[in-house]
Amino acid sequence: MDVPLLVAVVVLTALAFDFTNGFHDTANAMATSIATGALRPRVAVAMSAVLNLVGAFLSVEVAKTISGGIVDDLKITPAVVFAGLVGAIVWNLLTWLVGLPSSSSHALFGGLIGATWIASGADAVHFGKVVEKVLIPAVASPLIAGLIALAATYLTYRLTRSADRKVVSSGFRVGQIVSAGLVSLAHGTNDAQKTMGVITLTLITAGALPANAGPPVWVIISAGTAIALGTYFGGWRITQTLGKGLTTIDGPQGFAAQTSAAAVILTSSHLGFALSTTHVVSGSILGGGLGRRASNVQWSTAGRMVLAWVLTLPAAAVVGALASSIASTGTAGVIIVAAIGIVVATGIYLASRRRPVTPDSVVNDEIVVDEPLKVAA
Amino acid sequence: MSVNWAALAEVFVVGLVSVAAVVALFATGIRGVSQRVTARAQGGSGAAGLTLAVVCFAACCAVVLYGLFLIIAR
Repeated sequence: MDVPLLVAVVVLTALAFDFTNGFHDTANAMATSIATGALRPRVAVAMSAVLNLVGAFLSVEVAKTISGGIVDDLKITPAVVFAGLVGAIVWNLLTWLVGLPSSSSHALFGGLIGATWIASGADAVHFGKVVEKVLIPAVASPLIAGLIALAATYLTYRLTRSADRKVVSSGFRVGQIVSAGLVSLAHGTNDAQKTMGVITLTLITAGALPANAGPPVWVIISAGTAIALGTYFGGWRITQTLGKGLTTIDGPQGFAAQTSAAAVILTSSHLGFALSTTHVVSGSILGGGLGRRASNVQWSTAGRMVLAWVLTLPAAAVVGALASSIASTGTAGVIIVAAIGIVVATGIYLASRRRPVTPDSVVNDEIVVDEPLKVAA
Repeated sequence: MSVNWAALAEVFVVGLVSVAAVVALFATGIRGVSQRVTARAQGGSGAAGLTLAVVCFAACCAVVLYGLFLIIAR
């Protein structure tokens, strides 16, 4: 396959990943606001989409965020990036189907690591960097966010204990909307950038851009739009898990949890820590649940989520490696991988139609008409 | 491989302090509104509650905006 066409395929695949990232992660920002009824579902996702787009433009991170030394830049070809993206998309869709809030960032890292490993050998993957930049933040960030959210929730209830109930519930609704907006903004600055980095890296390896170039404007616009569209499409399945499955969320808890998540994400990105917005938000929702009453937390759901986190990187790596072993054989290989990817994605979409989760089924205190979603282990 | 414990601790401390400030200010603001509602229901003016609420919400906004400013202007 000639290089410009292959690059075009990689760019399209990267945008497709960004789209799945958007609808996978809507839940992160909006789940608690939707669950408590502070925002109607469609309004919430529209607001989140716009703020994600804004966040994508605010970011000043450069193109190579994603490579960040995790894999050897010099050994990456467009075919490897393509295979890694396919791995990430497939894993994102599978976890979306079962409603598990796994990390899109880890899926992307995993896919790239697996694809690079197969194409260029294990020494092209910098495992020390993987531990330092991916695994440590993966363990630390939900713990930090959870502890902060626990303290914040306790403080919130303590301070408003004697206040008028009506004032409290309407006041925290407003607070929740603002804090959800902050999480969306933070998500746009983090996750849209990762795709921009992948596209820019591909353009550099193809010689279309000079080394160390920043993302061109059309890349920023298309990546931001893809993630915003994905967000608007809405990941109701995951929203349901985070908003209702993990713990029962009230206004003050949602406010405290989201403020904590936004602060941790923004502080970390300011200090250059790569982390998963998914892990941070899940941790803070759990902390918000614990801060009020520990018995409210569904530990079995929490356990399944942690299992999904642990599996995400290796699972995406395996898919990425498989895709890479086929794609690196040449033009026919890339076409085969693309075809298999499209078939798998369509199959997952069709499977999701058999047990739909609609915007109406993600709001607390409403009778869920659909058969309740059972989160598969 | 080196784990950057200092940066991790910084995230925790900065996050904890800023979140505690925002949450405390917001909750106190809500208390202010609540005081005003109660005072007015009993025939008072509720000015003290309103002042408390306005000051707290303004300070809360200032903390958030300053945080965003730090991120954008890096």
